[in-house]
Order: sequence, then C-alpha cells, then structure tokens
Amino acid sequence: MHSISAPSALNRASAASETASNCMSFKRRRQGLNRTMKSAVVQLPGLNRDRDMIAALTKISGKAPVTVWQTETELPDVDLIVIPGGFSYGDYLRCGAIAARMPVMQAIKAKAEQGVKVLGVCNGFQILVEAGLLPGALMRNASLKFVCREVKLEVVNADTDFTRAYAKGQIIRSPVAHHDGNYFADAETLKSIEGNGQVVFRYAEGTNPNGSMGDIAGVMNTSGNVLGMMPHPENLIEAAHGGSDGRGIFASALEVIAA
Amino acid sequence: MIKARVTVTLKNGVLDPQGKAIEGALGALGFDGIGQVRQGKVFDLQIETGDQAKAEADLKAMCEKLLANTVIENYSISFA
Repeated sequence: MHSISAPSALNRASAASETASNCMSFKRRRQGLNRTMKSAVVQLPGLNRDRDMIAALTKISGKAPVTVWQTETELPDVDLIVIPGGFSYGDYLRCGAIAARMPVMQAIKAKAEQGVKVLGVCNGFQILVEAGLLPGALMRNASLKFVCREVKLEVVNADTDFTRAYAKGQIIRSPVAHHDGNYFADAETLKSIEGNGQVVFRYAEGTNPNGSMGDIAGVMNTSGNVLGMMPHPENLIEAAHGGSDGRGIFASALEVIAA
Repeated sequence: MIKARVTVTLKNGVLDPQGKAIEGALGALGFDGIGQVRQGKVFDLQIETGDQAKAEADLKAMCEKLLANTVIENYSISFA
C-alpha cells in the first residue's frame, strides 16, 4: 500500500475526492451505476513512475488504485488497468520486451479482450506494443538522446474512452521523459491506424521529440479500450505541477466527468 | 550439446539512428567509402540436446516469442 505523505497532498486529495464524488453521483444517476470506478496499477521491477501514477489516480478518482505485482495471474475486478513508466528489467533486450512476457501480461490481455480499459504510459506503452496489444514498435529516439522536457500534444481523436474530456484538435501540454519513444509501424499498419482513428495523440507541430512517424505520441487498439502513450499525463494534473492538462485522460477513463 | 548463434537485424526500411551515428563516427576516423552501417544483435546459446532439428524448431520459437521483435527485426539461426 502506498500513502500520500504530505498533509497538503491529503487535503488536495480529499478535495479532489469531493469533486469526484459529486461527478460520480451524477454519473451514477445517469448510468444507474452503483459504484465508483476502480483502477489498478501494475508493478514490475524497474518501473519507477508507479507512485506518481497511484497519486494521480487517487487524486482524480478519489479512490486509491489496487497495485498488482508482475507474477499475479488473476487481476482484481477493475475498470482501468494502468501500466506506468520506468525502465522495466533495465530496458534489457528491448524496452518493455521482458516485462511483456511476464505472467501478469496474460491476465491483462484477457481483461483487455473483455473490454477493460488499459492505459500504458511511457515504458507501459513500450510493454503494450511488445505484448502485441498495440500495433507498431518504439525505437531509439532519432536524436539518440534521452529527452526530458515538456511537449505539446494535439488531441487527434477526442471520441475515445480516454480523451472525451478534451476537444478534437485541442493542444495540451505534457511532459516527456524517454530514450526510446520513436514510434514505428510499417506503411500498411500506419495507413490502417490513421484510417481507423487509432492515432489518439500527436506531437504538435515542431515538438516531436523523438522522430516518431507521423508525429505519433499515442495509439489505441481497434476496440478503443487499450491506449498507449509516451508522454506522462500523470505529471501534469494539479497546480503544484504547473498545470493540469493531463487530468482529462484519467477523468475520461475513470468517468469522473459527464460524458 | 548444441551451440547456436542467433543474429537479429533491423528490417530494410526501418530507420537505424544508431547505425547512422556509427557510420558518421567511422567517417570521422577516416574510413572512406562506407555506404551504410546497420546495427544488430548476436545471441550465443548452448542447448542441452543432441537433436538439431528440435533445437532449430525451439530456436525459431524463441526468436518469434522473445529474441526478435518481428515488427521491426529479422532473425537468422546458425550452428557452430
């Protein structure tokens, strides 16, 4: 179990929780749901953004996510599974390659097939493509440099479970921190993901930090319940971060906004 | 025991920025006339079996499942 250490963070979390519960009661009335949306965060050796992700999910949904270790083969009954960023298995072989073969990934695949939402951020995105849950591959940045800075993202598809808090074409700020975020897909795959609306985020003009084809920053699967993205929305969710542009992704996925 | 070598290389058409950087560095060292450098990986494996056909089938499965990412990479298998 993780706890939020700073008292001010606790206050903020409870404020967020109130807002969330107000929205949730609206949502429950609207959908007849009788519960809060639940989430889980996957933990693997070498992942280091799990605490940021837990804090973001807790603050936005008002409910702490369940944590799931890599060896688990049965997952709790949740609405959203998040694979956070980091350097699982030291990025050995290829980024995300070894993590993608761990037992928990079979369980995540099964949940994804049942329609449970899955979000992979940064290394989580690399793990999802290595596991075959998302198309394409993530290669070494074209500059060969690790990039750690803020970029601007264009919301290409706002009609998804992860982006309905945004407007199509909206430009949002987001931090990035990676060495291997250069999205690659063969011509046929690229054409099909572009045509199907699977490209959810693009680096806004002039901010592509890694050489990704088509400036692609985030893609989803054909059913629209699995999203992978290199940028870190969990690091821009409140005033203390200098902005809250990333909040909408979690608010959308956890349905803490009116759809 | 069988000793095998798996070589993994990037498919044609996949950008290899590391290969490009090495190409530039070789040029800087004065090696002229280098058309292209592509970087790959080599895995040396020892397999406890005498059955080469089985070893080859296993190695192929290992490449497909883990050693290569067939979205971007090709692989080849050879025996010592």
